[in-house]
Amino acid sequence: MPDFLLEIGCEEIPARMIDAASQELRERVGALLTRERLLSGEISSLDTPRRLALMASGIAAAQADVIEQITGPSVNVAYKEGQLTPAAHAFAKKTGVDVSHLEKVSTPKGEYISAKVTKKGRTAAEILAEGLPKEISAIYWPKNMYWRKPSERFVRPVRWLVAMLDGETLPMEFDGIRAGNISRGHRILTDAPVAIPRSGSAYVDSLRAAKVLGRAEREHQIRKALDAATRTIPGARWREDEPLLDTVVNLTEYPSVILGGFEAQFLALPEEVLVTVMRDHQKYFALEDANGKLLPHFLAVLNTDSDPHGFIRQGNERVLRARFNDARFFWETDQKKSLLERFDLLRNVTFQKDLGSYYDKTQRVQRLCSWLSEILKQNEVVVRPGVIHKAACLAKTDLTTELVKEFTELQGIIGGLYARVQQLDPNLPEATRFAIADAIYDHYKPESTDDDIPRSLEGAILSIGDKADTIAGMFALGLVPSGSKDPFALRRQANAIVKVIAEKKVPIRLSELMRDARSGYQKSEAEKKFVDDRKYEDSVKTFFRERLEFYLREVCGYAYDVVKAVLGADADDVVDALARAQAVKQVLHMPEFQAIGAACKRMRNILRQADEKGIAPAERVETQKDSSDEEKNLIRYLEQSGDKVEQHRKKKEYLEALQLLSAAREPVDRFFDKVMVMVEDHQVRANRLALLRTLLHEFSTIADFSEIVTEAKA
Amino acid sequence: MTPAKSNPLTFQELILRLQTFWAERGCILQQPYDVEVGAGTMAPETFLRVLGPKPYKVAYVQPSRRPADGRYGENPNRLFKHMQLQVILKPPPENVQELYLESLEAIGIDLRHHDIKFEEDNWEAPTLSAWGVGWQVMLDGQEITQFTYFQQCGGVDLFPICAELTYGLERIAQFLQDLDSIYDIVWARDPQTGAPVRYGDVRLADELQFSVYNFEAADVDKSWEHFRLYEAECKTLLEEIRVNLDSVEASGGTVSVSVAMADGGQTAMARALRGPILAAYDLCLKCSHLFNILDARGAISVTERVGVIARVRALAVGIAKAWVDQQKLEDGFERDIEAKPNQKKKVNSNKQLSPVG
Repeated sequence: MPDFLLEIGCEEIPARMIDAASQELRERVGALLTRERLLSGEISSLDTPRRLALMASGIAAAQADVIEQITGPSVNVAYKEGQLTPAAHAFAKKTGVDVSHLEKVSTPKGEYISAKVTKKGRTAAEILAEGLPKEISAIYWPKNMYWRKPSERFVRPVRWLVAMLDGETLPMEFDGIRAGNISRGHRILTDAPVAIPRSGSAYVDSLRAAKVLGRAEREHQIRKALDAATRTIPGARWREDEPLLDTVVNLTEYPSVILGGFEAQFLALPEEVLVTVMRDHQKYFALEDANGKLLPHFLAVLNTDSDPHGFIRQGNERVLRARFNDARFFWETDQKKSLLERFDLLRNVTFQKDLGSYYDKTQRVQRLCSWLSEILKQNEVVVRPGVIHKAACLAKTDLTTELVKEFTELQGIIGGLYARVQQLDPNLPEATRFAIADAIYDHYKPESTDDDIPRSLEGAILSIGDKADTIAGMFALGLVPSGSKDPFALRRQANAIVKVIAEKKVPIRLSELMRDARSGYQKSEAEKKFVDDRKYEDSVKTFFRERLEFYLREVCGYAYDVVKAVLGADADDVVDALARAQAVKQVLHMPEFQAIGAACKRMRNILRQADEKGIAPAERVETQKDSSDEEKNLIRYLEQSGDKVEQHRKKKEYLEALQLLSAAREPVDRFFDKVMVMVEDHQVRANRLALLRTLLHEFSTIADFSEIVTEAKA
Repeated sequence: MTPAKSNPLTFQELILRLQTFWAERGCILQQPYDVEVGAGTMAPETFLRVLGPKPYKVAYVQPSRRPADGRYGENPNRLFKHMQLQVILKPPPENVQELYLESLEAIGIDLRHHDIKFEEDNWEAPTLSAWGVGWQVMLDGQEITQFTYFQQCGGVDLFPICAELTYGLERIAQFLQDLDSIYDIVWARDPQTGAPVRYGDVRLADELQFSVYNFEAADVDKSWEHFRLYEAECKTLLEEIRVNLDSVEASGGTVSVSVAMADGGQTAMARALRGPILAAYDLCLKCSHLFNILDARGAISVTERVGVIARVRALAVGIAKAWVDQQKLEDGFERDIEAKPNQKKKVNSNKQLSPVG
């Protein structure tokens, strides 16, 4: 049972791609080994920026032989007068079996001769050498390249290959590179090529000796070194940052950490700016004190073993100093022109090539936010119109600042910070100014489903208005996200709208929001390129339904059928859908609703079939003299509880409404047991259809119960 | 021992060392291109030479102008015009990364005492319809080089591809000399006294005055007019070049040498081979630079912006395509003359020359 080793030596693979590629390679090779009946042991990986390696322990040296029974000519043909015919000899020759070993088998079609053939299993070496290149070249890369032939693509040029079974090299080739047993160590810390004695732990040891560590070991080493360096500053701790840690782990083959410092005067700059420079631009970890306040230190992860002379620390400190100096310079320069004065400059900042400038966008968003505020006011929610108006006006002005041009990821945040320090309007009370600043600061939030929503209601409205305007413009242009194509991150923005509406309980319907957002583009230059209104509304509706479904399922954790049922009734009012989902979830386990679900399906089918035949229900349900008891019963139920259900529903007391509806089970069940709907008598039939329609409507306003997955009948 | 501490290279020594290094590895040393460009990539030594099948190795310093980046000489880390050392290796040798690291050693950086990382950075130039994949090379947290494997240029897929190494010379000098401001970089030292001449002494006026021009003084209307004139001439040239190239194509891509040479160069073949694509490219570069000035001047409106970029790109793409076609003709033509100087023979414009009995 040999151990198998594959190492693809590559020029530096982008850090963000390594983990996924490693997993895919492991899965692909695992599948190959299984498919070819070679797998028996574990597959492990060793990945660094310069290699994807995997080790499969104890695979079969060769496939087991397979014995096949091959059927030949019929006995009538194979024998003539007790002697084998030439046809039988030919069959024996073809299958490689001695004629004396031919057997007779009986089949439904009669008796045939047959041969037992042993199909020799192929060796692992043969199979792997043939199969691996295909698996390697099939690995998905978000961006790949060619360097030798345009048909050969990989993430970066492959420079060496190690492929071994125990101590033997596999005779394989990939993109012009022949596999051998020679690997390479750390770029700088090792001079010579590294001869791999055999696969398995010997490989890992050889690499470790050549200053190359596997992922887990690197992560461990980095964490330990971060802790150790942090301990030299009393009371300090490093800011945990999972994505950053993943990045530096995948930027290094042999990591170490240095502690650097910067002048305390830079701490006067906003923490957001300092952290962005350190984390996003320099990939440094920030240090903070026990109260979470930034300390004038940083931790840099190196791809080398040490910095004995302090040169690396000095170099990094100089770079950081320059960046902080730049930031301070930009901050000071930006103050020469207030956000108010920058409003006009937005004419020169493109929002989207067909949708005009940010100046245009600002005006639309302002309008949209006023409309939203008005709706909230009608619903007796208090919004400060002065705050929302001003915040919407200034929200995008930071796009013209040097600091945002330099640190685009700080858009909004910088605007908020500037609004706080600038005298926006001498008449504004400080509290109002701060409220405006906070709304601007938060208006890109939430940036993901895990992110917080804006703190204030004004921030929430601005966030919704800004995003709705973007989605409206893009959809009106027909730029609808599809599959993995969503270049403007419209899904993320729609998810954000749903989340904000849900969590702030904003009483608006999505269709109205998007209709109003669309009307902001009226009579604009862009409108000439817009799709027609019907198409716009349909695509927006489908899109938001999916986003709401995503929110209910992935964020709130509702079951698939609850979400389907709830959205089947209505998918336009987010807050209402949430309330209904909560109620439906609670009653779902009740046997009454399992039964009602089945009944709803039945009603739906009957109504559909009637419709297909052109049979219309009556205008209204009436008790008729020849109505059966079951029919009367059901009508009575409707008359008695219909109003009460409606009252609960109006007050959004969905649980109470559903509990009342559950009482319908009995009359409904009995009705279906005893009453035939599609009878000959036109009047009776129309009346019964009308009864079903009313009932179905009654049930379906809270959730479409026909979507409920019925549990197996007890 | 770090070079930063003991007698580091001056700015000009840095350039000389890098040039020597690459010359010793087979690069032609070109001189900076004499039309304004935003990056070394835009010099024809890169933009045109990377097209087509001919191997080429070249290194040159390219002062690169980015009007919007000017800071009146006040910011210690920003320049309107910075210097790149551009190296093109076509096709890239297998050990291109090792060669690059050796070049760092050659300028006195002992990699054992520093932290070097290749971090993903994929270069893209929409105005040139060009892109590649590669890295920014980080040295102790400072980006010092852009390392790109070109995949496409002027909308043309490259084969073979090339490696482009773009050294940021000011940054490297700052690193070597351990300085916080670009303007303090020692450009040269007096051989007798050792007295330094600094970057600021050489270039500060440049930065100040061009910032004034680009942000304040450039005449918007005239710049537009210049743009239109250059663009119009470039288009006219390109159209004629295209017609001539296509007429060779139309004649089956085959003419006889004697016919081509006869008639005072008036044959279709001769006209196609003489087409002044390089001049058209200069005009295109002028447009690109004027666009940058107008942009810095804040004179390009939102609606115009995308359109203007597309206009420049259209010129660049047309030029790249014409260049490739002309090169194909030239290759066939040269080989033809070499092979049978005294005989009439057919030249295939599209494919390689096929032997004719």
